Amino acid sequence: MTRDVAVLGAGMHPWGKWGRSFVEYGTKAAREALADAGLEWSEVQSVVGADTVRGGYPGYVAGAAFAKALGWQGARVTSVYAACASGAQAIGTARSQILAGMADVALVVGADAAPKGFFAPAGGERPDDPDWLRFRVLGATNPAYFGLYARRRMALYGDTTEDFAQVKVKNSAAGAANPYARYRKRVTAEEVAASAVVADPLRLLDICATSDGAAALVLTSMEFARRHGAADPVRIRAVSTATPHYPRTVLDLPDIATDSAAAVPEPATGFRASIARNAYEEAGIGPGDLSLAEVYDLSTALELEWYEDLGLCGTGEAAGLLREGATALGGRLPVNPSGGLSSFGEAVPAQAIAQVCELTRQLRGQAGKRQVPCARVGMTVNQGLFGHGSAVVAVR
Amino acid sequence: MPRLRKPVVAGWFDQDAADFRLRGTRCRDCGAVFFPREDSFCRNPGCAGVVLDEVPLSRHGTVWSCTDGRYRPPAPYPSDPDTPWEPYTLVAVELAAERMVVLGQAAPGVTVADLAVGSEVELVPGVLYEDADTTWTTWHWRPAAPRPREAS
Repeated sequence: MTRDVAVLGAGMHPWGKWGRSFVEYGTKAAREALADAGLEWSEVQSVVGADTVRGGYPGYVAGAAFAKALGWQGARVTSVYAACASGAQAIGTARSQILAGMADVALVVGADAAPKGFFAPAGGERPDDPDWLRFRVLGATNPAYFGLYARRRMALYGDTTEDFAQVKVKNSAAGAANPYARYRKRVTAEEVAASAVVADPLRLLDICATSDGAAALVLTSMEFARRHGAADPVRIRAVSTATPHYPRTVLDLPDIATDSAAAVPEPATGFRASIARNAYEEAGIGPGDLSLAEVYDLSTALELEWYEDLGLCGTGEAAGLLREGATALGGRLPVNPSGGLSSFGEAVPAQAIAQVCELTRQLRGQAGKRQVPCARVGMTVNQGLFGHGSAVVAVR
Repeated sequence: MPRLRKPVVAGWFDQDAADFRLRGTRCRDCGAVFFPREDSFCRNPGCAGVVLDEVPLSRHGTVWSCTDGRYRPPAPYPSDPDTPWEPYTLVAVELAAERMVVLGQAAPGVTVADLAVGSEVELVPGVLYEDADTTWTTWHWRPAAPRPREAS
């Protein structure tokens, strides 16, 4: 039995700071995805929305908001929240409904209008909330955690701030060719080095911004795709929405401490690597099968962590892979050919869906100057606050 | 009138203890240690424990990593927006006995240059912020004074 679902349509609203409602962005992305699929909204049987994020927690309910904006037509509705991984949960939910025979055509939408500056927790006195506590007690912003990871890579593996800057140089070059990206200017290593330090050793241009944006996908059963005349559509073969294994021994936002490995030994595979491993196992592929990957570069140094967690290289070898040009456009395994968060900034509920939009364009050969030659297999990966894994494998 | 001294979080440390320690909990069934404290259930998936005893965490550890905050964090971080921002250092500390990493601010004046990954640090009481009527106390890490080998 095939476990594939077809991606018939992909649509996005350009990333930026537009100052309008997330519903407007999401509706534009949804209409673009429907047009791309050659389907009418009235044909959609299920709409799955990725909720907006406010203070680390679910903000506006998305599914019904988009169903109303597109015009109530009775479709089944679902809204999901998994912080940065919300988009993958929305895709996973739509896929489950299709594979279970509950719907033939599902529309997945994520959109947000992000506040400016540091993400901050929800208000009030909430000492039982780890996300509130890390700000209250330590002032530990998201970039502070990114700084900790970056400093540790420098100490353990000999990565340099120049390596981190080269991630930005690489991603900005790809983003410059992406009409949906917010930042479409090539950045030099000198410009990164001249930007202000935010959380040592990371500078402003090492850290992703927060953006407005929206992305949408039309997913269908393989049988519906064939009836619709799509003989060889992009197919989603795996969706990993893993949680960690106890004990987690890598400090992760929003936590102030890790679990203790004193009573139970730490698992052989860390959380991020397990997200990728689950997706590989479900798809029946390995790192050697990938044509491209979209990874969650919240910081330049974090992109390097993902190379290792995806098994593209051994532990500590990511900077070497970057230096040899393997992960740049034109390299043997381009990573973030979309330009990544570096070029987009984060529109949380839209981001994991946008990653799959990029895979779709690449696998169709429609990525223009960003095209990865002969792309057959693509993988996305990201991680959401509070222990949400997210990875999608798409093939053609 | 003198300010009242209050811990920034209740139950995580005794601000006036002679032997200043972070206070976690340990599951009576499996021995798993938790900080921040778990008081009503054990999070070890192989344990159904519901009785956890308070346990002091090690006073010494080694630097897992460190960074700093060059910009003022948003509320609820207590900070007067009308005063110039003074960057501070954050340090993640690996505790050998507990096999866990605990984050904290470094003591005032300690910078990332003082905190090589793997170097030894010790826990000391500190002040997070003073407002009109309260001194909010916290924990700080600082480079460890040379000391004879001992159990921490």
